[in-house]
Amino acid sequence: MSESVLQIRDLRVTFNTQLGELRAVRGVDVDVAPGEILGVVGESGSGKSVSFLAAMGLLPKSATISGSVKLDGVELIGASRKAVRSVRGKSLAMVFQDPLSALNPVHRVGDQIVEMIQSHQDMNTHDAEKKAVELLEIVGIPQPDERARQYPHEFSGGMRQRVVIAMAIANNPKVLIADEPTTALDVTVQAQILEVIQRIQQTFGTAVVLITHDLGVIARVADSVNVMYAGRNVESGSVQSIFDHPSHPYTRGLLSSLPHEGIERLQPIAGFPPNMLAPPPGCGFAPRCQLAIEACSAELPSLVPFGDLLSSCIRADDLRSGIRS
Amino acid sequence: MKSQDQVLLSVRNLVKNFELRANSGLRKTKRIVQAVSDVSFDVHVGQTLGLVGESGSGKTTVGRSVLQLIQPTSGEVIFEGQDLTKMSFEQLREVRRQMQIVFQDPFASLDPKMTVGSSIAEPLVVQGVQGNHHDKVAELLDLVGLASDHAKRFPHEFSGGQRQRVGIARALALDPKLIVLDEPVSALDVSIQAGVVNLFSDLQKRLGMSYIFIAHDLSVVRHIADQVAVMYLGKIVEIGDKDAVYRRPSHPYTKALLSAVPLPDPKVERSRSRIMLEGDVPSPVNPPTGCRFRTRCWKATDLCAAEEPQLEIRSSGQQSACHHPE
Repeated sequence: MSESVLQIRDLRVTFNTQLGELRAVRGVDVDVAPGEILGVVGESGSGKSVSFLAAMGLLPKSATISGSVKLDGVELIGASRKAVRSVRGKSLAMVFQDPLSALNPVHRVGDQIVEMIQSHQDMNTHDAEKKAVELLEIVGIPQPDERARQYPHEFSGGMRQRVVIAMAIANNPKVLIADEPTTALDVTVQAQILEVIQRIQQTFGTAVVLITHDLGVIARVADSVNVMYAGRNVESGSVQSIFDHPSHPYTRGLLSSLPHEGIERLQPIAGFPPNMLAPPPGCGFAPRCQLAIEACSAELPSLVPFGDLLSSCIRADDLRSGIRS
Repeated sequence: MKSQDQVLLSVRNLVKNFELRANSGLRKTKRIVQAVSDVSFDVHVGQTLGLVGESGSGKTTVGRSVLQLIQPTSGEVIFEGQDLTKMSFEQLREVRRQMQIVFQDPFASLDPKMTVGSSIAEPLVVQGVQGNHHDKVAELLDLVGLASDHAKRFPHEFSGGQRQRVGIARALALDPKLIVLDEPVSALDVSIQAGVVNLFSDLQKRLGMSYIFIAHDLSVVRHIADQVAVMYLGKIVEIGDKDAVYRRPSHPYTKALLSAVPLPDPKVERSRSRIMLEGDVPSPVNPPTGCRFRTRCWKATDLCAAEEPQLEIRSSGQQSACHHPE
């Protein structure tokens, strides 16, 4: 396998709150191969967004961050603000859930893309304007010439998200982080936006990190998947292996809690996610896990190879033989 | 006749217009948004009607018009033989005991300064129900899978899924015959959502009430509904038994909508053909002439612009409003 374009090692993020230390991310490793789509799935509070906001250097000062985030071998954690700014928006770009808050309401969208280009590239305004129109065309906005002269409020939700994606790819990033990019959109528009993201990945070889809670979205576009729970990666592997033989009880629980045709009764996961002010000792999922034994709460388990994927479950063997029987 | 064939609620030709006032220069302009346009359907005793559609389709407005939380512009809402739109406020108050609603946001729908117990008992107080509210609250909490000592706690002590259960307990307090569930699980994580969906099924089996289940998540609706109505820009474009609508969709919009839903199976997702609709839903202020879906439809012809299609019964049993059905 080729070298990772984005490599994260032992990332930890702690927020100092009035109620104490909130350990949002507790030692996460991520490898994004060039040109792949990595799906990061998990429920609210699992740390999936916080991990990548930390990688982008976008967390507030109240966050304590440790570990390593390397983009093309260059360390970002602990780097100077200037160094981080030269990377952010250039080689590492991000798209958020709400496109309206990512756009400036009083500037024409074309000008906002031009600003994005000129803050990282030495390009004259005329060329940058031409490039902005090209970018709008790439993301599938009809009449890009006219649309570039319009303001964000003149665009629909789906079109705004396309504009935001155009801005994000303006400087040919190596990695595009998309944080729930379709969650606020209707399902027919979601399908369009996912197609735009796939087209960008295929045309420009951009690696994409797609953060979502929707396993259907993962199944549609991801090459590989990280499943997060309670600030940790609990399972990681190719999309096919994760869906074919999930090897962590949480992933299995997540998949079987979804409604699908012919199923009489849904299977929820008992209990609810842990309070990250006082996460349980050992495996974060143990309090909700039917397979949990004493050893699960003894120490925090790490991802270890298990068949063709990585699982952090110390009972992965028993889980899988359970699937077979 | 089986009780399940009995109609509990009939909605006929429901229309709801909203006025938009805008100041353009010196002249005041009045524009009308037709949020719901000539919608008719029946809800049967002990059954669930799923109402699906994208944002702006009018599904929430239908739900609220049924309960008379907003006054329909025209049309009839017949509940157990009585037209609610013609009732006085006092008469409505009496009927409202039979009809309840559960909202999407379990955080916004509970008063943070009231204990959960008093929130659940509030409908009993408002309706002047005699008897021991304390015992009733304990019974209701038990019914939705919470403990009776939860009554003393405040909403902030509960998780999202638990709060939604509190909202359900409150809706059940007056033993309603109909509950409108407006996106009741959309704000919940999937592992929690499954438990709440199961609760709705269990309660219906036990208590026999009917649901109008409003949701944009087509997989959840498929799981819980008996009949499904698909809405687009204020109109029902297809309505019928769940299996007919999902297995053999007749309206192109239903087909496109179903094909856009991502399914949690990579093999299926990567092999199935997908209908990619172009553009967004047009503005309801100025909907297209004829068929409202025609601007995004790959089958559209001149006929679709000239003449509005009416709901007609199709071979699989459902009705759809299309000049070129599947």
